[in-house]
Amino acid sequence: MSKFKKKKGGDTPAISTASLPDIVFMLLFFFMVVTVLRDTSIKVQQDLPYADQVEKLEKKNLVMYVYAGKPSKRYQSQFGDEARIQLNDKFASVNDIQQFIYEERQSKREELRNLLITSLKVDQETNMGLISDIKQELREAEALKINYTTKEGDALQNMN
Amino acid sequence: MAKRKAPEVNAGSMADIAFLLLIFFLVTTTIETDSGISRQLPPINDEEQDPPPLKEKNIFIVLINSNGELLVEDEKMDIGNLKESAKRFLDNGGGKGDEACNYCRGAGDPKSSDNPVKAVISLQNDRLTDYGVYITVQNELVKAYTELRNREANRLYGRDFTAMVEDYNNKADYDGDIEKLKENIETIKDMFPQKLSEAEPSRS
Repeated sequence: MSKFKKKKGGDTPAISTASLPDIVFMLLFFFMVVTVLRDTSIKVQQDLPYADQVEKLEKKNLVMYVYAGKPSKRYQSQFGDEARIQLNDKFASVNDIQQFIYEERQSKREELRNLLITSLKVDQETNMGLISDIKQELREAEALKINYTTKEGDALQNMN
Repeated sequence: MAKRKAPEVNAGSMADIAFLLLIFFLVTTTIETDSGISRQLPPINDEEQDPPPLKEKNIFIVLINSNGELLVEDEKMDIGNLKESAKRFLDNGGGKGDEACNYCRGAGDPKSSDNPVKAVISLQNDRLTDYGVYITVQNELVKAYTELRNREANRLYGRDFTAMVEDYNNKADYDGDIEKLKENIETIKDMFPQKLSEAEPSRS
């Protein structure tokens, strides 16, 4: 009988929380690793065209991004639906590109400066006129390496 | 009998499990990378230079109008045929004597290009052309070059040009002679150099 009595009276042992920090750190590290820090929020539509003759942009820190396309739905009342350029976080005009390139170049180490690539992330419905203007500005800023960033897929899909 | 506390679970190995998981995720997670068609823009020359003399027949003109329709060598063309047409032009090898091309398998039409080394594709688009169409055309033209390069690489080295370039980009995993590989890639590139010229878009 005494056996049963003992159990009734015994207080439940506390669960050890010594490992809780480990779990928390693990989660923390995990999210630190998988989160791509996006310093820009994209304000233009980004329906990139498809292409299959592509090269990968491996070194992320050597890429400068130039976005272009129609402003997203929530900015259309403010900025209209004409295709615009976005540099960093804000809408820009064609004339701002050179300044942007110089600033980006300044922020990199000297030996890396001529390895920089400009990634053009352009919506597929944009007119080529705007892109030609961008390319002309890039030529003047001597940022000659460019990459038309695309989605991977059959290029003929763009025609529909 | 005296009251006895239940023995505590040993949590010492919890940290090990946590680190194991952490390392697992570190290894398996790949951050997505962007990819696209790489191009080199021509530098701006201050002094006016005369363009190098080019024979009419060595230029393959592709025009894209504002509706995304193609005019290739003065004929309307469907985008699906562009690649084959460009390949036929590049691979024509109609040159004689010094300009002969000994690896071309084309028709040798005297009205088409002499030699892939001389052949230039000129791309001209309208300011109102859609970017998507432009990328498609670029992609098809690059594909024409890639297929010809693959053919020659297969003939000379028994493997695809694209595979060679991939090996060269992953130098660490390649166990052959890297210098030799680089040389081979250059040879193929010299056989079919990518000469894509882009004119300023016309205003219509």
